This record gives sequence, structure tokens and C-alpha cells, in this order.
Amino acid sequence: MAVTALVGAAGAASMFELLQLSPPGWGANLLRGLWNSILIACGAFGLGIGIGTLGAFGKLYGGPVVRDLLAVYTTVVRAVPELVLILILYYAVTDAVNQTLLAFGYDRIQISGLAAGIAVLGVVQGAYATEVLRGAIQAVPAGQIEAARAMGMPPGLLARRVTLPLMLSNALPGLANLWLVATKDTALLAVVGFGELTQETRQAAGATKAYFTFFMAAGMLYLILSIGSGWLFARLERRARRGQPELHG
Amino acid sequence: MTRPDGDVPQPEAIRIEGLHKSFGQLEVLKGVSLTACEGDVVAVIGGSGSGKSTMLRCINFLETPSAGKIVIGNETVAMRPDGSPADRKQIERLRQSLGMVFQQFNLWSHRTILENLIEVPVHVLGVPRAEAVARAERLLARVGLSAKADTYPAFLSGGQQQRAAIARALCMEPRAMLFDEPTSALDPELVGEVLAVIRDLAAEGRTMILVTHEMKFAREVASHVVFLHNGLIEEEGPPEQLFGAPRSERLQQFLKSVA
Ligand SMILES: Nc1ncnc2c1ncn2[C@@H]1O[C@H](COP(=O)(O)OP(=O)(O)OP(=O)(O)O)[C@@H](O)[C@H]1O
Ligand SMILES: [Mg+2]
Repeated sequence: MAVTALVGAAGAASMFELLQLSPPGWGANLLRGLWNSILIACGAFGLGIGIGTLGAFGKLYGGPVVRDLLAVYTTVVRAVPELVLILILYYAVTDAVNQTLLAFGYDRIQISGLAAGIAVLGVVQGAYATEVLRGAIQAVPAGQIEAARAMGMPPGLLARRVTLPLMLSNALPGLANLWLVATKDTALLAVVGFGELTQETRQAAGATKAYFTFFMAAGMLYLILSIGSGWLFARLERRARRGQPELHG
Repeated sequence: MTRPDGDVPQPEAIRIEGLHKSFGQLEVLKGVSLTACEGDVVAVIGGSGSGKSTMLRCINFLETPSAGKIVIGNETVAMRPDGSPADRKQIERLRQSLGMVFQQFNLWSHRTILENLIEVPVHVLGVPRAEAVARAERLLARVGLSAKADTYPAFLSGGQQQRAAIARALCMEPRAMLFDEPTSALDPELVGEVLAVIRDLAAEGRTMILVTHEMKFAREVASHVVFLHNGLIEEEGPPEQLFGAPRSERLQQFLKSVA
């Protein structure tokens, strides 16, 4: 008993030192990793919503070719494991870009890990967002869209002022899920060596052998991120649901 | 078409000529012609599935006619050979001059009643906001909903929602109103308040085409009644004639069945 207490005390002290912001602590590295993760998640989520909005309208109102292409996109991306997709898109796309550049007599370029991460995860997010938003748009009461058409509202304005706000309350729970997936999928970019939170944590843990300390710390950071964004999404959803009576019991 | 009071004929507001509409194999309208002049109240009656809603929805192209001609004011709607509108801008402009009221109200649930009223005037017609709000408040007072301006539609009764929907259509200052069974979704005790608003509009000389199952009301407010049966106008005329002395056997049967 005394021994474990002693180890525990010593462990706590060294844990605190290891997590300090300035060297020899690794705290700054972890926070930098967290920041990178947040950047990628925000970028990918935003890109995903952009792709998803176009994809959803394309699936609902597009011609047969557009619809087929979108069906291939959402089916393939959602069927293949994300890790595999990231490896394919990251290496294959980087390679393709460089091959093209070389073919045209340019030098090969180093694609920024941040941009590549956003692009890769954004394409994945876009496939899921397409389905979330398509369902949400279909759940908008047709009569309310028809009322706007009957009053001569042009299609662009109608989408912006009627369809999108009405579908938002349907879409937000699904989008909140997608955001959480985005924050966690950033960890997959560790496999291509990008310095996001998981990668930084692995390095810190490997260098100090304090695996438990660092992975617990990383877990806490992911948890804080998720709780914070959960709160934000709850507020957004309340705003989007304005005008809808609450269901009780 | 002359008014019952024998006034000089008014200019035409809405004219339909030889309107056909099919959904796939099903031919719903088989050549309907109808004219509403300024100030006319045309009531359209007929059995379920006779094509009343379809006819009304063809007027503002919520349904695309298969063939025929639609004239709003003195402007003919440009149609391709298959009946689809040739000029989207024209359709939008003409729709702005026709206030449509639906059976299911169709107020925008994410906007308050006042916001519902000013939405199209401000964002489509370019009316200055203050002016649109003043207009909306006047109309809400008229339909007895001043107290509900800042309420969301879901918190109103059906009758209140329908009165708000009528005010929303009026807020565009339309040339004519199209009503598709405005009281059919209402509890019986709420029908009266909506009919009172429509009666009021008829009295001030508003042009309207009114699809309704309320025969007593049609007889009271209409200047002209059209009986639609199986996609054709079976009989039409002034209300006293149609309700008082129906000629066709089908109309006699229909009136008996709804009495
Ligand atoms: N979008 C559509 N697709 C296919 N068939 C349709 C469509 N809309 C209407 N119909 C059919 O057209 C016929 C006429 O419908 P319409 O709604 O015009 O009748 P109505 O006279 O308004 O009837 P009600 O009094 O029940 O409202 C019906 O047989 C209906 O099933
Ligand atoms: Mg109908």
C-alpha cells in the first residue's frame, strides 16, 4: 500500500512536469497538436457542408447524370474505411498532382499537410453531409416551399430564405454528429505523419515512455473539445427550432 | 362577363382557354375555359377529384398545363409546345400578382406572423421595410390578428393561421386572389371567422377565384359559379341560376349530395 501511494505521488509530480507548457514539459506540443486538429476539423467540416449542400440539391433536383455521379460518390466514400481513403487520397492525390506538374515541366511540390488533411477529410465529410442534408431538405414541409413559389420567389432566394432555414432544424443533430466524427477523424492523419493531436501525443509518449499520462491527457483534450462543441450545437439547434412547439413528456 | 348588377363589363383579370392537364395517363382537365373580370368572385364547385385544385394551380403554374392558354391581365403566359413555362421571370412576376391561399395555410413556421407577411414584399418586391411593416400591421388589424404579429404560426389556431395566410397574400397587393378550399382543414367552429374575412374581401370588389365546398357561402358571395365535373365545366352561371335552378342532372345530383 505504502509503495503504491509513493509511486502515485511521484507519478503525479512527474506527470505535472511532463505536461508543462515549457520544456522539458510537452504541453505546448499537445496544444499545438490540438490546434491543428481543430483547424483541420473546422476546414473539413466546412468543406463537407459545402459539398453536402451542393450534393443534396444535386441529388434532389439534378439531372440523371448529376444524380448518378453523386450516387457513386456517396456510395464509394461511405463504403471504404476512412483510413484507407485517407491513404489513397493523400498519397495518390499528392502523387497525381506531382506527376501532372512534372509532365508540364514544373517542379514537384510539397503539399501542405494541413491543406491535404482538410481536403481529404472534407471529401469524406461531404459524402455523409450530402445524405444528412438531403434527408433534412426532404423533411421540409412541401407546402411551405410551394407557398414561396406561389408568391413568385426566385429559386435562389427560396433556397436561402425558406428551404435552408427550415431544413436546418432537421439537419443539426446529424451535422453535430458529423462534426464530432470530423474532430476524431483528424487523428487518422497521424498515419501520414501530420502533426495533429494524436501524432504529437505519440511523439511525446514515445520520447518519455509516459504513455498513460500523455494518452490520458489527449483523451481529456478530445473530451473537452467534444463537450464544448456539444454545447454550441445545442444552442444552434434551439435557435433553429424557434417557432416549433416543444414536445413534452 | 357582366356583373349581376348590370354594370358595364370590367377588364379581364384572368382568362383560361382550352386548358388541358394530364398526370401521366390520367387526364384531369379536358379543355376548361373560364374568364374572371376585375371584381368578379368566381366560385368553383365540384366533386372530389373533379380537377378543381389542378385548374387553380395551373393558373399560377404550380402545375404545368399540358395544353391551353392562360392570360393574366392582358399578358399571355409564354408556354413551350409541351405547356411548360418558357419564361421563368414572367411566371415569377405573374405569380406576384396572384395571391394564393391554400387549404393547409402553409405559413412559414420559422418566421413570426409579421415576418411571414413582409417576407415577399421586402425580399422579392423591394418594398422598403418600414412601409411593408406598416402595410402588414394594417392587414393584421383587418383580419383581427394584431395581437399575434410576433407569434410563430404553430402557436395559432387553424382559423387564425388561415386569416394570417390571407393577410400574407394581401400584403403583396395582388391583382387577384386564388383560394383553394380555404376552410376545408378547419374545425367547424373556426370556419366562420375565415369566411367572414373572405366575404369582406368580396364586398370590397376584390377579384377572386374560390374553390370551395361551402355551397351556402358560394351562393352568397359569388358573382359567377362554375361546376366542374370530370375535368370539364358541366354548367356555369350566376349563383341564383346554378343553385336555384340547376339544369344538368349531374349538378342536381351533386347539390343533393352536399346538401
Ligand atoms: N401531382 C399529381 N400527380 C398525379 N395525379 C394527381 C396529382 N394531383 C392531382 N392528381 C389527380 O388529379 C385528379 C384531380 O385532382 P384535384 O386535386 O384537382 O381534384 P379536386 O377537384 O381539387 O378534388 P378535392 O375536392 O378532393 O380537392 C385526382 O384524380 C387526383 O388524384
Ligand atoms: Mg382540391
